[in-house]
Order: sequence, then structure tokens, then C-alpha cells
Amino acid sequence: MIERTVRVTVNGRRVEKTVEVRKTLADFLRDDLDLTGTHLGCEHGVCGACTVIVDGAAVRSCLLFAAQMDGHEIETVEGLANGETLDPLQEAFREHHGLQCGFCTPGFLMTLTCLLRECPNPSDAQVREAISGNLCRCTGYRNIVTAALTAARSRAASARP
Amino acid sequence: MKPPRFDYLIPRSLDEALGVLAQHGEDAKVLAGGQSLVPLLNFRLVRPAHLLDLNDVAGLAGIRVDDGHLTIGAMTRQRAVETSALVRERCPLLAEAMPQIGHVQIRNRGTIGGSLAHADPAAELPAVVAALDGELVLRSARGERVLTPDRYFVAYLTTAAEPDELLVEVRVPVTPPRTGVAFLEVSRRHGDFALVGVAATVTVDEAGVCTAGALALTGVGPTPVVARDAVRTLVGARPTPAAFEEVGRRVVAGLRPDGDLHASSEYRAQLARVLSARALARAAERAAAGAERAKSDRR
Ligand SMILES: Cc1cc2nc3c(=O)[nH]c(=O)nc-3n(C[C@H](O)[C@H](O)[C@H](O)COP(=O)(O)OP(=O)(O)OC[C@H]3O[C@@H](n4cnc5c(N)ncnc54)[C@H](O)[C@@H]3O)c2cc1C
Ligand code: FES
Ligand code: FES
Repeated sequence: MIERTVRVTVNGRRVEKTVEVRKTLADFLRDDLDLTGTHLGCEHGVCGACTVIVDGAAVRSCLLFAAQMDGHEIETVEGLANGETLDPLQEAFREHHGLQCGFCTPGFLMTLTCLLRECPNPSDAQVREAISGNLCRCTGYRNIVTAALTAARSRAASARP
Repeated sequence: MKPPRFDYLIPRSLDEALGVLAQHGEDAKVLAGGQSLVPLLNFRLVRPAHLLDLNDVAGLAGIRVDDGHLTIGAMTRQRAVETSALVRERCPLLAEAMPQIGHVQIRNRGTIGGSLAHADPAAELPAVVAALDGELVLRSARGERVLTPDRYFVAYLTTAAEPDELLVEVRVPVTPPRTGVAFLEVSRRHGDFALVGVAATVTVDEAGVCTAGALALTGVGPTPVVARDAVRTLVGARPTPAAFEEVGRRVVAGLRPDGDLHASSEYRAQLARVLSARALARAAERAAAGAERAKSDRR
């Protein structure tokens, strides 16, 4: 086949689309669904800018085909904020200057969202290990790590009764 | 860049997949995790007429132990092996190597079979399977073949698998008692393919004398390099730093690694020597600790 109709859930919304089979998941999100928050830096798996969450796991959307996603659940950076209200991780990035140009930010946010779900109270080393597959050309990683640790603490605080 | 056009096929069973390969083997590529293949497609370095996606083939993923072997299905995700308690318990060398492969986003998708089929000489898994004298199980419509690593890994990015064959599983012996293991590597940045990596095992007897050992290296030849002769000198000896350094010297005596932009030939040889000695020392320490635990358990 050279085209396939896929039914996917994207940020909780169900969509059905017919896609050319060589279209990557990243291009599908950006071009077909207008979700341009997922960025493409290298298109060969190295930079992490295109990181999204598929069935709960952080993956490179430049290395998957949309045609493979039938029946799967995808989360992108657009799914984090609730209207105008940023989620705690996004809020912490803003508070701690975890971004400058912002190109890499969606990838960092999705990688760290996954980390914080699996490991709600990570150490500095665990955060650094988790983001080792995401490259940032302007901010330096210190502020990003601080933002992630702060978000973890604020989540822990808000979870307490 | 974007991938060239291809015909996309989604077999649901192994027989169906093997049938397609029997017909189109030469013009087809199988897609596992896509973490090596999709970059090659995006760069248009490969242009298969047919892309055969293994992700929906039933029965190709899973980890089990039977008759003293740990068997891992080709489509088992690297991350699943990394987090498996069974692997940690029965094959600690594999468990130690897994997190050193790329980054978590890569391992969430990348498979065991894909790495062994891609056969990058810098990759961790081929060296682990070679050090452990594992077996690679290939299947085609013509039947099954089981190959040892020295027959399976042929050259740079090349295995003995024919175009109509699939790697279906890999088997490694369960790690025997009083055996310590270590996987050490040096890379330029965390998560990069390593410059040189070393997989080592050391087994000691009740008196603490070495009875067996194994060593395999990445990044110093076109395939994983198994240093059988160099390690043999350890057998019957007490595990001492001097003995490990001697093995390290013997390992590099026969090596002529290629140099590249990232590391010269001399530097790779130096890494191979130092990492071999260190990996053996760490493995021996763990073997001794394991032997102590076994003794106190008996008491
Ligand atoms: C940024 C980055 C960093 C990485 N770092 C490392 C690293 O440090 N160490 C490391 O080892 N790897 C690394 N990798 C590669 C990664 O481990 C790949 O997952 C692996 O090499 C290929 O496995 P895959 O399942 O993704 O296979 P694919 O990419 O789908 O396939 C790879 C090749 O194997 C063939 N193939 C796949 N499965 C089979 C099968 N069952 N039978 C026959 N042929 C098959 C395919 O046709 C293709 O030619 C990295 C990748 C990236 C993108
Ligand atoms: S664009 Fe996908 S990793 Fe760089
Ligand atoms: S903020 Fe510019 S690349 Fe990270």
C-alpha cells in the first residue's frame, strides 16, 4: 500500500485521516493536524526536538511513520496546557528561564513529562540522564534541570492533602 | 529530508512475513524499531521497494528462560529488556549494557533484533552476545538456522542473514554462579555510540581462583572482537590487577583499530587496553562478592 487510513487519538481527540505511508509522524502532526508545536531539528533521531509521547513512552516522531499509528495514542506539547493555564512543568520552565529561542522546548517538555510520570521525585542525575537525548543550542542545561526539579517538587506539594 | 516512496506491508503473522521475504527479499527491508533504518530512509541512503513492518507480527516479542538459556524475541524493545527483572537476575551483563544504548527515547522504540541485524561495530548488543557465546536464530520460508556470533557477524553492518531470512530470536546462556560481569565504555557524549566498549565476565571457584572468563569489544574492528586467547591466560590464576593488565596488553597486541574524526587508532587501542583491564577487575570483584554471598547463604 502507498496510503493508509489511520485512526489515532491525539491529545485525547480522536482523528481519522488517510496518509501517504512515507509520511513521518512528525510531518503528520504538523502538516495534517496543524500541531506545529512538535519541532523538527535533524530528522534522524539525534536532537530530540520532535519528541512526543506514544502510548505513554517518549519517542522520536521523526523516526515513526503516521501509518504505524493506527489505534495508538499520541500526546504532543499542545496537550500540556489547559487553555491559557500552563501545566506545572511549563510554568517552571518559564519561572526558571528554561528556554531562550524555544525551538528545543517541546521536546524537553515531552521527555520530562514522561520522566515525571515514571519517577515523580527524580534526582539531579536522573533528570540529566533523561534529557541526555535532547539538545539545546542556547539555554544551557542548568536552568532546564532546575525547572524539572522544581516542577517535581511543586507536583509533590500539590499532591499532598 | 524525507523518505523516498515505498510500498508498505503490514504482515500479522511470521509466516506471512516470511512469505513476503521469500518473494521480495532482495527489494524489501524489514522495519523493526526504525531507530537505524528510518534515518537511512530519511537520508535516502536506502531505497527499498517494499517496507515490511514487523511491529504487528504476533509472537516476535518476549523474554523467557528455558534449559539454562535466556531467550529474547527479536521485536522485544530495548527498554523492555533494560527494565526486565528476569534479565537482571539471569543475565546481568545484558542488563548492564542496555542503558548504555543511546537514550531512553531510542530504547523505547529500538529492538533487540534490530540492533543485532544492523550490526554496527560500535553497538553494545553484538558484543554482549559475542562475549556470552549466544546464538542467533534465523528463520525463512526455507527453514531455521542457528548461528554463533562468529559466523553471524560478517563485516561492518553486515551479517550472514540472507535477504529472505529474519532474525527471530537470540539466546544467551544464563549466567552461572560465582560469575561477575561488567560492561564499560567510553563515548564523547552520554548516549552517543561509544568509541570503545568492553563486555567482560569472570568466574571464580570456591578458593577464589579464576575458572573462566570472556571479553568482547566494540569499536575496534568491523565486527565485535572476542579476545579468547588473551582471556585464557586468566584461567587457573588468582584475579589480580597485574593479571588483568596483562590481558589488556594481549588484547591490543592483535588489534589495528581504524581511526576516525572522533578518535585515532592509537587512542582506540589505548581505550581497549585500559577498559579491558578495568572491566575484568570489576567483573572479578563482583564474582568474589557473589561467591561470598553463596558461602554465607549456605552457612
Ligand atoms: C540518536 C541515536 C543514538 C543511538 N545510540 C546507540 C548506541 O549507543 N548503541 C547502539 O547499539 N545503538 C544505538 N542506536 C541505534 C539503536 O539501538 C537502534 O534501535 C538499533 O540499531 C536498530 O534497532 P531497530 O529496532 O530500531 O531496527 P531498525 O532501525 O528498524 O532496523 C535496523 C536494520 O535491521 C534490519 N532488521 C531489523 N529487525 C530485523 C530482524 N528481526 N531480522 C532481520 N533484519 C532486521 C532492518 O531491515 C534494518 O536494516 C542509536 C540510534 C539513535 C537514533
Ligand atoms: S528531529 Fe527527530 S530527533 Fe531531531
Ligand atoms: S532554547 Fe533555543 S535551542 Fe533550546
